[in-house]
Amino acid sequence: MQQAQAMSTNPTVDDLFSRFGAPAFVPQPTPDLTPTLWVDANQILDVLAHLKPRFPMLLDLFGMDERLREHKPAGAADFTVIYHLLNIADREEIRLKVAVSSDDPCVPSAVRIWPNANWYEREAWDMYGITFSGHPNLRRILLPPTWEGHALRKDHPARATEMEPFSLDAQKQDAEQEALRFKPEEWGMARATADTEFMFLNLGPNHPSVHGVFRIALQLDGEVVVDAVPDIGYHHRGAEKMAERQTWHSFIPYTDRIDYLGGVMNNLAYVMAVETLADIKVPDRAKVIRIMLAEFFRISSHLVFYGTFAQDVGQMSPVFYMFADRERLFGIIEAITGGRMHPAWFRIGGVAQDLPRGWDRLVREFIDSMPARLDHYQVMAMDNSILKQRTVDIGSYSTKEALEWGITGPSLRATGMDFDLRRDRPYGGYDQFEFEVPLGHKGDSYDRAVVRVEEIRQSLRIIRQCLDNMPEGPYKSEHRLTTPPPKEGTLQNIETLIHHFLNVSWGPVIPVGEASFPIEATKGINNYHLVSDGGTTSYRTRIRTPSFPALQQIPLISRGLMIPDLIAIIASIDFVMADVDR
Amino acid sequence: MSELDTIGFGLVIIAAAVGGAAFLTWFERRLLGVWQDRYGPNRLGPFGVLQVLADMIKLLTKHDWVPPFADRAVFIFAPTAIVVAMLLGFAVVPFGPELYILDLNIGLLFFLGMTSLAVYSVLLGGLASNNKYALLGGLRSAAQMVSYEVFMGLSLMGVVMLTGSFSLRAIVEAQRDLWFCIPQFLGLFTFLIAGIAESHRLPFDLPEAEHELTAGFHTEYGGMKFAMFMLGEYLGLLLISCMIATLFFGGWLGPWLPPVVWFGLKVFILICFFILLRAAIPRPRYDQLMALGWKVMLPLTLLNLLLTGAIALLMEGA
Repeated sequence: MQQAQAMSTNPTVDDLFSRFGAPAFVPQPTPDLTPTLWVDANQILDVLAHLKPRFPMLLDLFGMDERLREHKPAGAADFTVIYHLLNIADREEIRLKVAVSSDDPCVPSAVRIWPNANWYEREAWDMYGITFSGHPNLRRILLPPTWEGHALRKDHPARATEMEPFSLDAQKQDAEQEALRFKPEEWGMARATADTEFMFLNLGPNHPSVHGVFRIALQLDGEVVVDAVPDIGYHHRGAEKMAERQTWHSFIPYTDRIDYLGGVMNNLAYVMAVETLADIKVPDRAKVIRIMLAEFFRISSHLVFYGTFAQDVGQMSPVFYMFADRERLFGIIEAITGGRMHPAWFRIGGVAQDLPRGWDRLVREFIDSMPARLDHYQVMAMDNSILKQRTVDIGSYSTKEALEWGITGPSLRATGMDFDLRRDRPYGGYDQFEFEVPLGHKGDSYDRAVVRVEEIRQSLRIIRQCLDNMPEGPYKSEHRLTTPPPKEGTLQNIETLIHHFLNVSWGPVIPVGEASFPIEATKGINNYHLVSDGGTTSYRTRIRTPSFPALQQIPLISRGLMIPDLIAIIASIDFVMADVDR
Repeated sequence: MSELDTIGFGLVIIAAAVGGAAFLTWFERRLLGVWQDRYGPNRLGPFGVLQVLADMIKLLTKHDWVPPFADRAVFIFAPTAIVVAMLLGFAVVPFGPELYILDLNIGLLFFLGMTSLAVYSVLLGGLASNNKYALLGGLRSAAQMVSYEVFMGLSLMGVVMLTGSFSLRAIVEAQRDLWFCIPQFLGLFTFLIAGIAESHRLPFDLPEAEHELTAGFHTEYGGMKFAMFMLGEYLGLLLISCMIATLFFGGWLGPWLPPVVWFGLKVFILICFFILLRAAIPRPRYDQLMALGWKVMLPLTLLNLLLTGAIALLMEGA
């Protein structure tokens, strides 16, 4: 009911109703209170174009297979395309859904409204076979070109054991090899102009500076990049498909490996979305512990960025200092969680354990020592004139471009856009903390680094506040869906015992509904869109990561520059391939 | 020295130079380790010094492979050229008043010629590999050579003017009262930069530029042929350090200690300095490097030449 009220008083929804008529929409209540409207496929472009001035960013666009759902929402058909828009100025979100039937799953392409719809639509086609009419280049994006079927459809097997045994005969091998042949025309590049013959350089998927398995096909004139076409999917593990097999609880370790430098930051986005679905209130101590750990991982991720950034412009030493700091930081993480890069330590309703004795001493030592070291790095790396020469005014974009391409986080703030979810739409207790949101102004490679370096200091400030004000109390919620459920009382009381038994052996049953929870992760906005059909597993898990749109934008900012500039740009946008491909 | 002695001494020098270069691979890694808050190779033998041996065994026993798409003859010739050229360069270095292989009256020119020849090795290696990264590396090397050879030679002409000879022994003798690093500080500065560029070390390792061109000109090389390139690079480092010590820091001159010890000490300090540079400085972009060469270094060199000439004339007049 609260939802219906929120919907009817929402000015954006009112505006849409008055513009297109209320019957054009079917509202769907969701536990996260984001207005969600079903729209007809014929009208979707008009609606999106109408919303664009208010919602400059297409945060996410993805498909969904509704066919096996027991609790289908009104308006749903076989497949759904979901548009998630973000209005930064008013901290507002809206979700639009288009239903398509499996006979003709076709939706008009939104590429002309938001350029970043390009890759998202390719992904939706790749995964669900939904076509987008008017799309310039509707090819597979994550799966290999020879793949059969659409992997996220419910009738596509999730495991190799559900498929025919795999064999690679000579014929198939030749076909696969042939599919790998590089034809510039297929990538949208000409082989030559009237007076120049271009050289094509295949940078990656294995290259020292592409940070994982990322491939860019370069069209070169000498060393000048005429065009660059990114190719992704080499790190695709099907995390979204796995989520449909894992219990709500046992999916947590998979999230660690999405942005593998972000550790528990991924857990946070996921458990917050589950808690929204289940309506779980997390106790204060758990909130502060979560924030502290998340900020530790922000520092850790930014330190890797800092070191590799300097390394990629040819400075050899800084990365060793920063990794040494990160090692000390992992020591603390290990003392608290038992894990290092992937602690999988957050739980639905809290965290796995209370803080160990003496944690405060470790944390204090670290945050006391870091500022001086950061000053040292400032002189060593950021103030270095050659580093500046290599990065200032290289790969710059404006705030408007950043918004159009779905760039979030530090890379958006580097353009001067003052927007940080932690401050502007505080979640999980961030409203209790004092910190500044560092900004750049030129949106170039150097500013992207400056913002991140400053964020390390701000994170230290947040951690100090956690240290000084750690509340007493339970580290997980009393809620019945908290996982694992409280063990106390199981030997006294049969109800508690049964509950414990079921929630541990089967996993919790999360109420039917849909929720997403955007958070300010290390590299930008990370958002888990979860659909529960009332089972022990998620019906659909959509992971919106900040790295995906960042790579899509590379060609735009690197044309006309040289190979070393491209490397500096790649270094400055801070992505990890696991976060791109999922 | 008799001819036989010269040959014998030559062999000693070759052994010492190659041994020194091999030792340098370990020493550099160790020193970088210390500066970068880590250990470096410390497991094999005292302080890990036997790492050199282990590396050598590894490289020697690797499959000696020539890619089928490469230009075979040139591909094999390229890594040899750099080692030969660099080793020949040592022929004119005076290690002490009587410790030298050749005292050519054009010693300095001979040295410049040899280092220039070494560049061909990189160029040919890049070309013969028939690999795009190697080609880009070779291209960069050619551009770098053209820009830096020009003022490398010119930067030394001040020293020649003050001495009045191209003989390296004469140049050392001329520094009895005052090392040339003081009157020729501009020359020293420009030669230092050109020297690093010549030996392709960070921050001037653009033909190699790991982060951009994977391994640049030697992308296709492995095993012993790769080792030859590495050896050539370290020999180059050694040779440039020897030359700077000879030309600007009075060579073997110095009180109390025997001359050859002085020489060794100066070379050692210069090498440490080069390693420090590698640890500290990022790599400029290739067009920025060219711009630096033509717009800053060349005018500086010419200015130095002009000033030195004017002063030399004045002194002669007085």
